[in-house]
Amino acid sequence: MTNGDDDIRPSPEAMLKLAQAEEAQADRGRLKIFLGYAAGVGKTFSMLSAARQRKREGRDVVAAYVESHGRDETDALLEGLTAIPKLRLEYQGVPLFELDLDAVLQKHPQIALVDELAHTNAPGSRHEKRWQDVQELLTAGIDVYTTVNVQHFESLNDVVEKITGVVVRETVPDNLLDLAAEIQLVDIPPDELLERLGQGKIYIPEQATRAMEKFFQPGNLIALRELSLRRAASRVDDQMRSYMETRAISGPRSVAERLLVCISGSPFGEKLMRTTRRLADEMKAPWHAVYIETPDTGRFSRENRERIWRDLRLAESMGATVASVTATTVAEAVADYAGRHNITKIVVGKPTRPRWRELLRPPIVDQIIRASGEIDVYVVSMSLGERRTATRQRRPIRAIPWAGHAMAVALVAGTTLLCGLVQPFFSPTNTVMFYLLAVVLAAVRLGLQPAVLTAFLGVLAFDFFFVAPRFSLAVSDVEYLMTFAGFLTVGLVISSTVARSRERAESLRLREVQTASLYYLSRDLAKAADLVAVTGAVLRNIRESLKAEIVVFLADGEQLKIISASEKLDLDLKERAVADWTFRNHQEAGRGTTTLGSAALLYLPLKTSANILGVLGVKMADPTDYNSQQHRLLLDAFASQTAMALERVRFSQQAEQAQILQARETLERALLNSISHDLRTPLASITGALSSLRDQEGLNETARTELLATACEEAARLNRFVGNLLDMTRLEAGAVRLKYTPCDVEELIGCALSVLDPRLGKREIAVHLPPDLPLVMLDMGCMIQVLVNLLDNSLKYSPQDQPLGINARTDRAWLVMEIIDHGPGVAEADLDRIFDKFHRVPATEGARGTGLGLSICKGFVQAHGGTINAAITPGGGLTVTIRLPLAPPPQTEDSAHG
Amino acid sequence: MDELKPGENPPRILVVDDEAAIRRLLATVLESSGFVVHLAENGSLGLAAAAAVRPDLILLDLGLPDLDGVEVIRRLREWSPAPIIVLSVREREDDKVAALDAGADDYLTKPFGVPELLARIRGSLRRVVGQAPEPIFRSGGLEVDLARRLVRVVDQEVQLTPTEYEILRILVTHAGKVLTHRQLLSRIWGSSHLEQPHVLRVNISNLRHKIERDPSRPSLLLTESGVGYRLRAES
Repeated sequence: MTNGDDDIRPSPEAMLKLAQAEEAQADRGRLKIFLGYAAGVGKTFSMLSAARQRKREGRDVVAAYVESHGRDETDALLEGLTAIPKLRLEYQGVPLFELDLDAVLQKHPQIALVDELAHTNAPGSRHEKRWQDVQELLTAGIDVYTTVNVQHFESLNDVVEKITGVVVRETVPDNLLDLAAEIQLVDIPPDELLERLGQGKIYIPEQATRAMEKFFQPGNLIALRELSLRRAASRVDDQMRSYMETRAISGPRSVAERLLVCISGSPFGEKLMRTTRRLADEMKAPWHAVYIETPDTGRFSRENRERIWRDLRLAESMGATVASVTATTVAEAVADYAGRHNITKIVVGKPTRPRWRELLRPPIVDQIIRASGEIDVYVVSMSLGERRTATRQRRPIRAIPWAGHAMAVALVAGTTLLCGLVQPFFSPTNTVMFYLLAVVLAAVRLGLQPAVLTAFLGVLAFDFFFVAPRFSLAVSDVEYLMTFAGFLTVGLVISSTVARSRERAESLRLREVQTASLYYLSRDLAKAADLVAVTGAVLRNIRESLKAEIVVFLADGEQLKIISASEKLDLDLKERAVADWTFRNHQEAGRGTTTLGSAALLYLPLKTSANILGVLGVKMADPTDYNSQQHRLLLDAFASQTAMALERVRFSQQAEQAQILQARETLERALLNSISHDLRTPLASITGALSSLRDQEGLNETARTELLATACEEAARLNRFVGNLLDMTRLEAGAVRLKYTPCDVEELIGCALSVLDPRLGKREIAVHLPPDLPLVMLDMGCMIQVLVNLLDNSLKYSPQDQPLGINARTDRAWLVMEIIDHGPGVAEADLDRIFDKFHRVPATEGARGTGLGLSICKGFVQAHGGTINAAITPGGGLTVTIRLPLAPPPQTEDSAHG
Repeated sequence: MDELKPGENPPRILVVDDEAAIRRLLATVLESSGFVVHLAENGSLGLAAAAAVRPDLILLDLGLPDLDGVEVIRRLREWSPAPIIVLSVREREDDKVAALDAGADDYLTKPFGVPELLARIRGSLRRVVGQAPEPIFRSGGLEVDLARRLVRVVDQEVQLTPTEYEILRILVTHAGKVLTHRQLLSRIWGSSHLEQPHVLRVNISNLRHKIERDPSRPSLLLTESGVGYRLRAES
């Protein structure tokens, strides 16, 4: 029984993935990672051994950065390998040694050895992290051997922290592991490792001794070892799976899972990202991280916004597809996104809000669960205890945070003074209204917190100054307690409502401004037809919408040139170098990024899917804008729009040139064919006739006459052809200067007929002219040529016994002339093409033309501002109609016109 | 004077052309037709030869390497009345007109047929020799009695306006010779009317309708396109 139902072909998706991976591999260097679980397992040793092996095989291996920590066995291995001197940097007086990236790039070995992938570079280095250096080496096509411990991987970071209690600050993105062509697990049993530690064979930096002691506990080591083994195994599993997919080996396949995690800017976002990444890894599923922007998000603090931005970046570095969606409610947007991207599982954090608040509004988790339908929802617990200390995170300096509160105090004091003045005329209950007014003012002008403060202070002041007993907080009349409660409630509600609507309006306005600016840019770009217009539009729009100064660099061959820049920018060599780096590596760099962050400007690549066209440099007005997600998203959108516009301009230029070139080539080919044929044929006849007259004996009189007639006719034909070529050349070169004179149409026709006289023979020519035909302004020489060519054509293509007709009349401001023959005519489809250059109508023997005559007619008529058309004569034949303006068009009167 | 009579001095013709092939051709055909031929290969040599030889007629190519053809004509005309026939290519119409206005008698467009050339040479020579025109001009069916101001076509008297008659009279007195638009305009209306070529066109058109058998294929009053008009001399 055959297994006919099984589809054993590899899936197209799998093949495509393989092709893409192979393609990407072709240019890039290969990354080999020596993965260990702790210092001292022998990663560097393994790497060096492998490197020596490669070297013996004849590969060009260079030790770009290897730390021997003075171990003899390592030093021995290093011997014989070329080492790149380390780059010495001073940081606050302390010399630091780093990988000299430029030296390696310049040396361009086949394999570079780079120890300690997770290392953080000294401030002032090009990249913040060493793994970024490695990526640059790979991009340059250099293979890299590197070492790293498993705890440095981003997604395992929190697990490691939980197991060991040590916070690992130096992390590398997980996708680096995915990108690695090879992973070599360096493993020794924990007992052996501890033994080596005891023998002092493991280098531990002094300042980390305590941490390391904590680290090197047998339990920790066992757990870390398991992590590294599992990580390497999952990688093998991946390879196995993709091997099976591409070879169509059927096996246990997981259902295509897709995960989605929402970013909200909560402090737990980071944990949520890592959890999702681990989950995705276990399921071998792609994952998405989405940030939903709602009107409410306008209320987010700056801190919160920065967290959103950071979480999006983190998710991206962990291999997620990242998106930002604008919607009115989070739950609906999540469900909608999930539906559109075939998400099977949504990961959300467990809410931490007090229970009572859920009574007011159901938590988002519940909303998502309700909206998500068939999709599984994973709720991840989180507690503040697990919140990681925010390392290296700079808090933005708030502009005098207490100003609002001080204003609130002043407001209450002022209100109290006012109330004191009017107190004799109002009852105390009504003076409360003044305080309420103050709360509203504070809410509108100062924001939520000052307004709340105003409300509380207002109650106190009211009680103290105006409620008996006065100048004491005691209250004699219990009824006032009711007033206090009412005032406070109303005050608080007003505060929060006004403040929220203010913030919402602000966020909507911001959003509106950004949407509008993108719209304006795309509108301006759509109109821009050349480079200058494109860069001008970019400059104008970015300056208006972001208040930023910008500079546009464009690729000129291999070099980067400034095309336009805001006047205020002064770009030194260093800035240009950063722009250049962005251009070579197709990645953003400079201020606000982790690459060359000390630059003054942020540099974004102007790239499309296929090409990098240039670099956009941006100097923000406010330094905190560099870390603002909204600004960066907008800039990214600007950059990609600009790149597309630039590419469009470039493509259209290329297409235009290609078209011109092709047209010219076609014409040149036709011209050469024509010249070689039409010049040589009559020359052959003439030469033949003359040489036979000169050399051949015994020619009778008839033969001699015949030969002479042939030679003369052919010479005339040659002359006509040369004339046509000259006319054509003049038309092509745009060198036709029309000499307008008043012209009698009858005389025009007469001249044309007299030119053709020798060939007319007994052919009947019927000329029909109205007696009152006016003089027409035209270039007589040109128009005679037009008529001669048309009549010549008709003579050639129609039989001798058929008459030719020439009609002329006026039609409003036009002179209409018709040349009518009764020959075989032209196929309907060819009617428009007969005026094309070198177009020949298939003709009977002897009726040969150059294919130039009619196109010259068209050229001359058009030069006069007229039209020429061909139609079929009723009853058979060809009728050519010329329409010429009676008065010359003013603009062409004295101008060349091709 | 179809053939030169023996014993008479044969007319001397000076050929000024920079093309050796053309000089060779012209020398051959003109000598075999009984003329004495002198050759010059550029403008200055041509001027010198004209002074030395005193030719009866000069064939001058307009495209000379050293001097502008029109300039050569101007210098010749300072002292020599000998008829000048200009040789030029089709694309240089303005040059032809300038040459005729400068005093050239006729022109031929290259390439030309030898019979045509010989006819022009004889026509020019005849106009020089026969100073006094016949009182009655006959060509084709046209008969113009200059003394009596009578015009007949195929023995039918034709009424002409004074302008038409004046045009015809000038053409008759220079029968066979090209008259440029400029020459006609200035002789009929004076130099103030040089810029009004349409008046000439209309009159020529009217004249043709009166004297030509088929005005759209004129056989007497010929248009030299871009140059001027010529009245056919021989019957």
